Amino acid sequence: MKEKGLSVKSVVAIGIGAAIYVILARFTSIPTGIPNTNIEIVYPFLALIATIYGPVVGFSVGFIGHALNDFLMYGQTWWSWVLATAILGLIIGLYGMRLDLEHGEFTGKQMVMFNLVQILGNILSWLVIAPLGDILIYSEPANKVFLQGASATIMNSIVIAILGTILLKAYAATKVKKGSLHKD
Amino acid sequence: MQEDDKILGYQPGNTFIHRLNATTKLIFLLLVSIACMVTYDTRFLVVICVFSLICLKLAGIKWRQISFIVKFIIVFAIINLIAVFIFQPTYGQELYGSKNVLISAGYFTVTKEELFYLLNLVLKYICSVPLVLLFLLTTNPSQFASSLNKIGVSYKISYAVSLALRYIPTIQTDYWAISAAQQARGNELSKKASLGKRIKGTLNIVIPLIFSSIERIDIISTAMQLRRFGSKKKRSWYVYKPFTTKDYFVTAMAIFLVIIVVILWHINAGRFFNPFK
Repeated sequence: MKEKGLSVKSVVAIGIGAAIYVILARFTSIPTGIPNTNIEIVYPFLALIATIYGPVVGFSVGFIGHALNDFLMYGQTWWSWVLATAILGLIIGLYGMRLDLEHGEFTGKQMVMFNLVQILGNILSWLVIAPLGDILIYSEPANKVFLQGASATIMNSIVIAILGTILLKAYAATKVKKGSLHKD
Repeated sequence: MQEDDKILGYQPGNTFIHRLNATTKLIFLLLVSIACMVTYDTRFLVVICVFSLICLKLAGIKWRQISFIVKFIIVFAIINLIAVFIFQPTYGQELYGSKNVLISAGYFTVTKEELFYLLNLVLKYICSVPLVLLFLLTTNPSQFASSLNKIGVSYKISYAVSLALRYIPTIQTDYWAISAAQQARGNELSKKASLGKRIKGTLNIVIPLIFSSIERIDIISTAMQLRRFGSKKKRSWYVYKPFTTKDYFVTAMAIFLVIIVVILWHINAGRFFNPFK
């Protein structure tokens, strides 16, 4: 039986994924010593969940997780940044459709491609969508939001490149490889 | 369990605002915060500020329930205001098209226009924060999910949001349990440890947390599939309540406020109310 719309698994992945997003965003941000620049472990997690469950889940986890976290922590939300996170999840999820982590596959070539895609996604999200949204919706000074965007692009690209790749590799390692059973 | 595990949650009560339908509160929150987001009309913002503070009082919310988050927001808002000023102290005069110097100090010259612009930013914070706090503290999470569905979000997404709200406390408990177990094994996470050690220590908590939660996704989705979740186009909600007179009244008020913003847009010829003309 083919299901219409979102599968049950996607619905649950969005719900649980958003809950994990909120907890990680809240407790696992590590200050680097540079003001306002933190290592956010939540973005590697977003990359993992988007590659496993695809672009729709990636987008929704980013959107719902970020919005809920902003509301629960700050009592208001910056929709431009919420949308940027969601787009990042969408882009990584689109590339994730070409990966087969479920069968333990994550080769060196795929790692390189994954990182190219995530860096492009980060640039689009933090250097285009978030600052333009801030200017259009909140009418903040352009140089402030573009500097914030640039620092987010650099930090998040590096964090996903290192921790995201580790997470994906670790996840693939827990899965059984295709054709690993042999007939004796 | 831990000192910093405070997350805002539903507090049962029986005030006028508690008794309002969750859908009404959601519509009001969305419309009024969009209105406050769009307009920079100081008069409108002041009215909404006073109104939302009165509502907080009306809902019987105590200062200690929200003090930690309010302090946090104030610090955050101040940092943001300072950043806005430092990056472009001339932004206010560009917006309002005039220049009344208060303190002359080269790059950091303070003008009346800049201060007025910053005042508007502060008012925007005071407008939206109490409304959101009010919504979070007086709305039952299950009713929130059904109200999302009611305003047109698909029920699958609504259900995902309610799952997220349901699982935030559970995953938080897991997080602290894993963290305590790792600390017992000598995992150093405090400020004393070097950056590399802290990243490694955090990964030691995050990886088991993520992988066990991904297993949980499989278990829950199997359970939901067995109960035939998603097989129909619609679903009913156990907590659904019909609209009453006061709900229609509050919804009408929200629409009225949006209309006022549209009218103000025409009067001011744009988003900004300009007293310097």
